[in-house]
Amino acid sequence: MDQFLQQVVNGLSLGSIYALLALGYTMVYGIIKLINFAHGEIYMVGAYVGYTAIQNWGLGLIPALFIAMTFCAVLGVLIERVAYRPLRNATRIAALITAIGVSFLLQYVMILFMGPDVRTFPETVPAKIFKFGGVQVNEQQIYIFVISIILMFLLQFIVKKTKMGKAMRAVSVDSDAAKLMGINVDTTISFTFALGSALAGAAGVLVGVYYNSINPLMGAAPGLKAFVAAVFGGIGLIPGAMLGGLSIGVTEIMVSGYASSLIKDAVVYAILILVLLIKPSGLLGKNKKEKV
Amino acid sequence: MSLLQVEKLTKNFGGLAAVSMVDFKLESNELVGLIGPNGAGKTTLFNLLTGVYVPTSGEIVMEIDGKKERLNGVKPYVITKKGLARTFQNIRLFKELTVLDNVLIAMHQNSKAGVLASIFRLPKYYRSEEGMRQEALSLLSIFDLDNKQQELAKNLPYGDQRCLEIVRALATKPKILFLDEPAAGMNPQETADLTKQIRKIQQDFKITVVLIEHDMSLVMDICERIYVLEYGRMIAHGTPGEIKQNPKVIKAYLGGEE
Amino acid sequence: MKQLNKYNAGWLALSVIIYFVVQMLIQADVIDYYYQITLMNICMDIILALGLNLIIGFTGQFSLGHAGFMSIGAYCCAIMMLKMPDLTGFLLGLLLGVIVASLVALIVAIPTLRLKGDYLAIATLGISEIIRIAILNMGDLTNGAAGLSGMPILNNWTLSFFGIMLSLIIIVNYIKSSPGRATIAIREDEIAAESMGINTTKYKTIAFVIGAFTASIAGSLYASSFSMIKPDNFGFMKSVDILIIVVFGGLGSVTGTIIAAISLGILNMLLQPFGQLRMIIYAIALIAIMVFKPGGLLQHKELSMKKLFGRLSKKNTPKKEASK
Repeated sequence: MDQFLQQVVNGLSLGSIYALLALGYTMVYGIIKLINFAHGEIYMVGAYVGYTAIQNWGLGLIPALFIAMTFCAVLGVLIERVAYRPLRNATRIAALITAIGVSFLLQYVMILFMGPDVRTFPETVPAKIFKFGGVQVNEQQIYIFVISIILMFLLQFIVKKTKMGKAMRAVSVDSDAAKLMGINVDTTISFTFALGSALAGAAGVLVGVYYNSINPLMGAAPGLKAFVAAVFGGIGLIPGAMLGGLSIGVTEIMVSGYASSLIKDAVVYAILILVLLIKPSGLLGKNKKEKV
Repeated sequence: MSLLQVEKLTKNFGGLAAVSMVDFKLESNELVGLIGPNGAGKTTLFNLLTGVYVPTSGEIVMEIDGKKERLNGVKPYVITKKGLARTFQNIRLFKELTVLDNVLIAMHQNSKAGVLASIFRLPKYYRSEEGMRQEALSLLSIFDLDNKQQELAKNLPYGDQRCLEIVRALATKPKILFLDEPAAGMNPQETADLTKQIRKIQQDFKITVVLIEHDMSLVMDICERIYVLEYGRMIAHGTPGEIKQNPKVIKAYLGGEE
Repeated sequence: MKQLNKYNAGWLALSVIIYFVVQMLIQADVIDYYYQITLMNICMDIILALGLNLIIGFTGQFSLGHAGFMSIGAYCCAIMMLKMPDLTGFLLGLLLGVIVASLVALIVAIPTLRLKGDYLAIATLGISEIIRIAILNMGDLTNGAAGLSGMPILNNWTLSFFGIMLSLIIIVNYIKSSPGRATIAIREDEIAAESMGINTTKYKTIAFVIGAFTASIAGSLYASSFSMIKPDNFGFMKSVDILIIVVFGGLGSVTGTIIAAISLGILNMLLQPFGQLRMIIYAIALIAIMVFKPGGLLQHKELSMKKLFGRLSKKNTPKKEASK
């Protein structure tokens, strides 16, 4: 039982990182129906900015987090502006290829500047361990979990309560109608990218804290998994991304713990396929039927 | 029994009954009209009969070679194979393909060449292709579309697109043809021409045609029998003469004092 | 002969000419060993992209898992060649590969092809990852992450050429037939296709299986081109590479796919000397192409012999293309 709870705790902290990433995927998908493959790379950039802030400028975790989030938000807006906006009326597959191009670009520009090697992320959070019964929780996990929860609440607040959030929801339902209602669609989309990218930046710093190591290709695999998480929960839905991220994190840790870490990804994908077959729109999604 | 018999057919969307307790019969070789105000459930009824929607309850039974077959919940492509074909109210042609290909696709279920015969280009393939092409052209000539066979469907004028939809449905070799507002968006002259064509097709091919139409006069002119739907219920049925006199129909169309 | 009209004859002649010209260039050592590797890679990419274009461009089903089926072909062929290191072994391996790949495709297609759009994409991505992880965990048979090595290098221009011709004939003949038209109708409008009597699941599955079949051919060629293979060669990035060729060439364009595979292959080769800058240039090129030509090189059109002949002949006597 203790071992099980321990796995749940480990799973939730990894899962909350996936959830932060999945939120970005889901928001962008919700608003412009684009699978933003470069999202994983923004997370990688976030990790490097956090690294620089802590290692080179000697800042603490929280200021580093802010700087990484701000930098990534700007980067996200810039990418949307230059690469995605011209393709807004093109086929979705063309936009997807562009996103893959942006993802390559970020990876290799980072390699050019920082080198391809793995870097050790500086220790900012003391590796203190708390024991609750037989379950060990280290301070890093608490930081990750708490910061993720705060960010998710903040996001929910922005989307549900602010004027910009209302505009986001309107554009995602029908961008033409939103335009006619006087909503600036371009600004809204930029804002969505800023929000999603900021969350990815935060996830990048947190993953640095968690695994202590970062490298320029670190974004690819978690990016893919976060996308899986978004689909799993029901793409386009914010609660779906949170649920999906946490479920994938817990599943992964459970499979590694009880079976073998070699097959953890296979199990995650198998579960995803099963969920889609039973409920094609994801756990929280609604089935839409085309009108004939 | 009749060619197609529908009993107590009901379809609910959430709490809304789009079609409820509808009884409906089709004999072979007749032209039947289905009228009713907007939102009465006419297209939903078509969708139920052609398998696009699965009925909530009720029975759809077709007589095929003297045997009764139940069509509830059967997939659309199987229903088409049984001899029910349709057109769409909001034109669903294969837009990027040629006029000829649109018709050839509809003839696919009667094609003799399978996947392997096609890949290896067996003699069967050439025979089947040529036969289908000839047949498609002769169907297209009904609406003088055979000279536009190589044009893309999306480039046809609106009226021609509607006609191509009818040709395409005919190409599936139906026993019953459902036409969903074939004259929508046409001017009176085009409508009159199309009406004549529909009558002629019905007689030449000896099939049953069911026509959804807003234009009462059009339906009254050519249909032998008329069904009237309102709020998902069949409120009247009879010859054009009877329908014109029916107080419920008059009320549904003109509104009446309660 | 009714089967052979002048347009088909034109394509056949062109293929034969290309074959002999390249063969002569190889013999004259104009295309040296280094260029030959690029040539083999381009040939494999053509085969892979043709199959994927059938699935995405002609059937309208978004698959992100093409590399998975390639890996099945590669491993089947490699295992066979390690037992029989000659051409017979290769051919047997090729046969085994296409059978296994087609069977796997058939099994996974029937449930997953009910999904649409991005959901299908992510499911196919999942399937190819599962295939990759399965290969990783098959013990001595596949030798895990280290992969298999020591296969004879049998692939050459002739073999690759026949691989391309085989895939081309299968795919082009399929598209231009009644089942093929039924498949294209699914891309155009699935509901209308079904209402025209087309069993959409059946034809999606056929397209998917043909795609897997051809991907497996490319996989076998891969196994016989380099004396080693490992699961990482067939990851998500390989599927993406193939997808890029398909989109760049134009969805639903066979000739576009071939041109795209050749030009991207050459671009890649020309960028080799740039080292780290290579991928940056490649990425910028990719973005620029998509921003300025989002429909791909040929959109969904084809280069056609008919138009070429039409332009060449001044008489301008319109003859029907009919195969009689």
